Amino acid sequence: MTTTAVEVRDLTVAYKDKPVLWSVDMQAPSGALMAIVGPNGAGKTTLIKAILGLVRPLAGQALIYGKPYSKQRHLVAYVPQRSSVDWDFPTSVLDVVMMGRYGALGWLKRPGSAERRAALDALDKVGMVDFAERQIGQLSGGQQQRVFLARALVQNAEVYLMDEPFQGVDATTERAIVRLLQELRSQGKTVLVVHHDLQTVPEYFDWVMMLNVRRIACGPVSEVFTEQSLRATYGGKIAFLNGDGVGEIQDGYRTALSQPVL
Amino acid sequence: MDIGQLFHNLFFDYTLRTVALGAALLGVVSGALGAFAVLRRQSLLGDAISHAALPGIVIAFLLTRSREPVVFLLGALAAGWAATLSIAAITRTTRIKDDSALGLVLSIFFGFGLMLLTFAQKLSDARQAGLDKFLFGQAATLLQSDVVAMAAVGALALGTTLLFWKEFKLLTFDADYAASLGYPVRTLDVLLTTLLVVAIVIGLQTVGVVLMSAMLVAPAAAARQWTNRLETMVGLSGLFGALAGVSGALISSAMEKTPTGPVIVLCISALVLVSLLFAPARGIVWRWLRNLRNRRRVRTAHLRP
Ligand SMILES: Nc1ncnc2c1ncn2[C@@H]1O[C@H](COP(=O)(O)OP(=O)(O)O)[C@@H](O)[C@H]1O
Ligand SMILES: [Mg+2]
Repeated sequence: MTTTAVEVRDLTVAYKDKPVLWSVDMQAPSGALMAIVGPNGAGKTTLIKAILGLVRPLAGQALIYGKPYSKQRHLVAYVPQRSSVDWDFPTSVLDVVMMGRYGALGWLKRPGSAERRAALDALDKVGMVDFAERQIGQLSGGQQQRVFLARALVQNAEVYLMDEPFQGVDATTERAIVRLLQELRSQGKTVLVVHHDLQTVPEYFDWVMMLNVRRIACGPVSEVFTEQSLRATYGGKIAFLNGDGVGEIQDGYRTALSQPVL
Repeated sequence: MDIGQLFHNLFFDYTLRTVALGAALLGVVSGALGAFAVLRRQSLLGDAISHAALPGIVIAFLLTRSREPVVFLLGALAAGWAATLSIAAITRTTRIKDDSALGLVLSIFFGFGLMLLTFAQKLSDARQAGLDKFLFGQAATLLQSDVVAMAAVGALALGTTLLFWKEFKLLTFDADYAASLGYPVRTLDVLLTTLLVVAIVIGLQTVGVVLMSAMLVAPAAAARQWTNRLETMVGLSGLFGALAGVSGALISSAMEKTPTGPVIVLCISALVLVSLLFAPARGIVWRWLRNLRNRRRVRTAHLRP
């Protein structure tokens, strides 16, 4: 029997008076590589932030291995949306990656040679070790994304929550990141990824959560990633070309991609 | 007065030495903490806090009738804090965006302060207390005891910044990530903002409420041009602030009846201008020259078969 790594129960979140998540349930089994998909504004980022305790829910709760996040922090690593920080900030790649150790370091202690080594290791894994001393503003979008991944890797966590790690990266970087995600899964880690490219969901992921304010579906890709649930998630804005067979639906995904979702 | 005489006085004249030390202190503290404010996009907050200090100063005087700068500065501290809290309360409870909330608080506090000042100026002992000096600052009013107090408070503020360096850096770069690691970002935010208020209050007597925010923003803007490291940026920013403070205090002391604030701000503005134009990697002049050279190289490569 598998244990549940991330569980969300009846979660409702609102900004001011606008509900963004409505009674959302989700279960990610330990070892799952899960995509979270939904149109812009569906609440994907908010769901991740609620799991991390960064936004306060109106109702419901999120549990990591059965306990609240505040007790399980050391098990979780977070990769925020790349656009959430100012990349002109005066700091180096190595410095940013070492921030991943700040949680374990605790108050007042300065990062030292152990943290440095861990950061260089992580940079090596994402193929960025040659850029360690660069100022972060001098990187391409894909390189910045890999720096964020390295920062999460040095946290040495069991559960990884990633917000759009494929956004604005080139094809080579995308393949490198996918390899990394699959390596994490093979080590038994649980990885939740906010993802936009519906076409690649069956190829990259084994679990999927479909979200549009409410939970539309959540489960193994082969079972729940259907035309019906896609239609329910993206509304009538998707024109499906044909049929039920999974292979044929691929065309539907492609159409979904080419349509503006908002 | 010639330059040699000025430097002689700097070391041996009590007033000038005090003034220069005070200006240097204010420059270091506001420069260093201003760097964090600029990186956190809080330049406007600094402006609101410093303007909001005025009613605090006048009320402190009206309540105590004391002429001690320490009393004024405690009033400024309280008002600066009240302004910060009001801005937070407005953005949290209403639909007003934070830049509008800042503008609102700034004008209400400052307008109220000016009104109180006009009223207080009618009292005879208030004119002697020199309340109006707080508008544009008058370094000549600094006493040695004021400078000692400034040094103690400034050292405390800078010491706290060094102590929580790692936490403040993380908070400034990526607050959500800091929270995900378990750091109490609300508390750290309050602490860093309090240090900013302290930095502002330290400078008020010398620079005045109207121009104090320039001492937070300008040194940081200049320093950012020269470095890509936070450590260096904060250090340079403090250094630039001190440099501008001392030169401004010297220049204004050499000229009769010149308020210190505007002169110091002119000095730091000159530093900003030089940095924007000539800093190695980011300077406009070098960038322009590089572009020119690249374009020429491309053109010659294009012409060759
Ligand atoms: N801090 C905020 N304040 C107010 N509304 C917000 C805030 N953050 C997000 N929203 C709104 O909540 C909705 C969901 O946002 P988000 O979770 O970022 O969606 P997604 O990541 O799926 O695109 C959007 O309509 C967005 O405008
Ligand atoms: Mg999002």
